[in-house]
Amino acid sequence: MLQQISVFVENKSGRLYAVMETLSKATVDIRAMTIADTSDFGIVRLIVNDADKALQALNAENFTVKVTDVIGFTIPDKFGALCDVVRVLGEKDINIEYSYSLMGKEKGEADIVIRVNDTQKAEEILTGAGVKLISISDIL
Amino acid sequence: MNYYKKEIETAPRHELEALQSFRLAQKIRKVYDRVEPYRKKMDEAGVKPEDIRTIADLSKLPFTTKQDLRDNYPYGMFAVPMEEVVRIHASSGTTGKQTVVGYTKNDIELWAECGARCIVGIGGTKQDYVHVSYGYGLFTGGLGMHYGAEKLGAVTIPASAGNSLRQLEMFRDFGSSILCMTPSYAISLIELMKENGLSKDDFNLKAGLFGAEPWTDEMRGEIEKGLGLKAYDIYGLSEILGPGVSCECIFQKGMHVCEDHFIPEIVDPDTFEPLPAGTQGELVFTCITKEALPLIRYRTRDIASLDYEKCECGRTLVRMKKPQGRTDDMLIIRGVNVFPSQIEAALMSFDSGATNYMIIADRVDNKDTLEIQIEMRSDMFGDNVRDVENYRRRARELITSAIGVGVNVKLIEPKTLARSEGKAKRVIDKRKL
Repeated sequence: MLQQISVFVENKSGRLYAVMETLSKATVDIRAMTIADTSDFGIVRLIVNDADKALQALNAENFTVKVTDVIGFTIPDKFGALCDVVRVLGEKDINIEYSYSLMGKEKGEADIVIRVNDTQKAEEILTGAGVKLISISDIL
Repeated sequence: MNYYKKEIETAPRHELEALQSFRLAQKIRKVYDRVEPYRKKMDEAGVKPEDIRTIADLSKLPFTTKQDLRDNYPYGMFAVPMEEVVRIHASSGTTGKQTVVGYTKNDIELWAECGARCIVGIGGTKQDYVHVSYGYGLFTGGLGMHYGAEKLGAVTIPASAGNSLRQLEMFRDFGSSILCMTPSYAISLIELMKENGLSKDDFNLKAGLFGAEPWTDEMRGEIEKGLGLKAYDIYGLSEILGPGVSCECIFQKGMHVCEDHFIPEIVDPDTFEPLPAGTQGELVFTCITKEALPLIRYRTRDIASLDYEKCECGRTLVRMKKPQGRTDDMLIIRGVNVFPSQIEAALMSFDSGATNYMIIADRVDNKDTLEIQIEMRSDMFGDNVRDVENYRRRARELITSAIGVGVNVKLIEPKTLARSEGKAKRVIDKRKL
């Protein structure tokens, strides 16, 4: 299981910079990032090396921050690899709310992050299907 | 049903109006003779004291405003020599220079009687323990209710405001049964109760008189549930008296005005023409018994309406509807009168934590727009767009249906709205800039 940091930002110039500057000053290392955007606001989702430190730094700068559990797993970089994982989850009624990918650590592999409706169940399913789950220490 | 002064509180309207007319004519003669600013105003308007014979003549008289009190600061509007004044109170002065009001011995006496009527009206008796947590001092709340409770003969607890944990201890140990405080203070005490593991069952509270600031029915529900009492609205302003000008009875259907002392009117906030009963407009009061500062047709800037129907409680005294807002705050959006208080009530009805918001009126392509900016908090934020959009849609729908004008709701980052130390500024009207 990975801890994801979500930050609410208004959709205007300089706001993403403010988030990055805060994390940079706190020497937090970002491992993955994605932005969900609407016309008015965005939600910046981050996987970082030290979630507690990131949370503290962002709170101190008055950002609205939420920590959520997400799942990270590694798949081989080949045709159909992701398809197989998603199928397994779908068969067991796990809904993927959103997903993004990380930098793979090894050549020939890809790291994927998913947010699902039932994290624990999804982890059991994936482990059962032989999918390699990752923890934060795997991607530091 | 208990009354404090039954013959007045349940008097037939025509008798009450005869009394008002008599007192009005007398009072106008006095202020004309004794108060220079009034003599000037009346002369300018071409009104002589003898023109005022009955309450039907009221509309001939010029209005008084807060500015008149400021212009004649501090004692220039007093109608008695200072040796007859026994008490001074003053407004907080958040909107300018503070306004000073004075009372004679008789004024203090009539004020105490109005306060006693309010307490009896909500079911209080001399057996009650009246706990007064309004501030004591220049503010009229504390001493005003204090004298009312003593006049009734109840056990009066002059707790004043602050030292909140001690307040709760006193509720429990002193047997407080009737509370007098601002509704927002009641809410903060309820929070403190939760933090300290206290429940309403630890207390013997039965009723409360909450006033001095606008509050919503949602807050009433929260206070009644949290403190285990019936929460009643009490109205007053220092320029007219202080708390006790009007107050709800146990039926909670509007506040009965002490009409034998104060004549209420509703006027159009733009034209100042008197409006028929039931119509919403600016509330105006004329003091017909007070000696030191008998203000005539004082514009309160509160928006309310009047209901002359006899109440279920048997009182014939007119009921004023809870002020809907202040004329200073009213916005006209595409021809519709909008009060910030309506927007707040709608917002609070589904998110009681939404205390940091700003209402922004603007004109885009010759069309009025209204935007409500709400600061995001962690507890109203999930990690996905859908939650945030749902919140926004809900806020937009509730506010739009409450005020009858379409609004845009914008969620903004925390601490981006300016904080104020006095009264919070909630409205920016860019159309005037």
